[in-house]
Amino acid sequence: MRNYNFDVIIIGGGAAGLTAAIYLSRARVNTIVLNEGTAGGQMVLTHEIANYPGVENISGYKLAGTMKKQAVSFGTEIRSNIRVTGMKLDGEIKTVEVNDKEIYSANAVIIATGGKSRTLNVPGEEEFKGLGVSYCATCDGDFFRDKKVIVVGGGNSALEEAVSLTKYASEVTIVHQFDHFQAFEHAVKEAEENPKISFIMESRIAEFVGDEKLRKVRIENQSTKEITEKDVDGVFILIGYVPNTAKLRDLIDLNSAGEIITDANMRTNIEGVFAAGDSIQKRFRQITTAVSDGTIAALNAAEYIHYFKTQLQAV
Amino acid sequence: MLDTNLTHVNSEEEFSKILNENENVMICCGRMGPMCVPVYGIMEELENEYTNVKFADMAFDSPHAHLIRNLPECRAFQGLPFTVYFKDGKVVKATSSIQSMDQIIEILDAEFTKVEA
Repeated sequence: MRNYNFDVIIIGGGAAGLTAAIYLSRARVNTIVLNEGTAGGQMVLTHEIANYPGVENISGYKLAGTMKKQAVSFGTEIRSNIRVTGMKLDGEIKTVEVNDKEIYSANAVIIATGGKSRTLNVPGEEEFKGLGVSYCATCDGDFFRDKKVIVVGGGNSALEEAVSLTKYASEVTIVHQFDHFQAFEHAVKEAEENPKISFIMESRIAEFVGDEKLRKVRIENQSTKEITEKDVDGVFILIGYVPNTAKLRDLIDLNSAGEIITDANMRTNIEGVFAAGDSIQKRFRQITTAVSDGTIAALNAAEYIHYFKTQLQAV
Repeated sequence: MLDTNLTHVNSEEEFSKILNENENVMICCGRMGPMCVPVYGIMEELENEYTNVKFADMAFDSPHAHLIRNLPECRAFQGLPFTVYFKDGKVVKATSSIQSMDQIIEILDAEFTKVEA
């Protein structure tokens, strides 16, 4: 095992993590970002951002690139596409093990692991990914011109994308697990008024079936448990996001949705461990709110580190 | 042209040149969308580690993208990006839609012999 020591370890390199890195490294706090995905997180997945104050219009990829550049220019080290293989968060020295071969230690940790698209986790889903199963209507919609598609979900994204898919598909069926939608009323109305859209409520996809590509799905009625088959060319799964906190389950306090519980200063239940961004318990998940969380977490972590070092000097 | 730090394949001539001059080639053909950008990011990360592989991208809407889109190996593909692995100019593997770092490494290690630094 190789060992590396920093003042602060930030786990996650999205908007919250990179903002924290900018603030910390600019304050000359020795900081590393350990990021399991691409630097920028969910932000890089946004085609166009038009509501980030001070910037009229920018792609998420470019905004993420600038944030990363800023953090690096102030001295942050960034490691992307790594695997966190272990963590010890309690005690004065916190450690994060990476790729089973490196150990990073620090006095403070900021967890900014963000979220990811929720999957159905049913047979055939992974096998037919890219062969009929998609998680992005904007990306893959035009592969389904004059074809039959299903949209799974009942939130704003699902209903809006279902309407958008009617530009290409001959028929769009929305499959939703409840008897009502979570989406805004105007989104529901627009979908209901579209002649190409039909609905299968209180149901779930139980299995994806095909050969070289997806051919049909098995749909289970949640009340009767009856299974029906439906021929289909594509299925778009738009059922929201889950926080990336599976590895933290036994380490810090999470709520029932798996979100990290913090106070207003972004402190978790463990001293020296802060959290920020989409992985924490909060209502609104925007780049601006992630940036705010990251700032607060960084300033509090810097104060904590300063206190820690002052204490050491006094001994 | 895609906004990445990878080598861009901008024409049929460049496509042929890359395949002729490199034994192992990975080309990701996509757009700047949610399923494609993470794959470019992984390729940029792996570029220094896999010095025996030439990593490149190609814009899916460019006129020369038919070189990837019309490959028999991509016939059933319905998700961006189309990622194709070539050895000695021949397709050895192709994937559709987003892939994780582990999935890409598994293919690189299976299809191309890694040169230890």
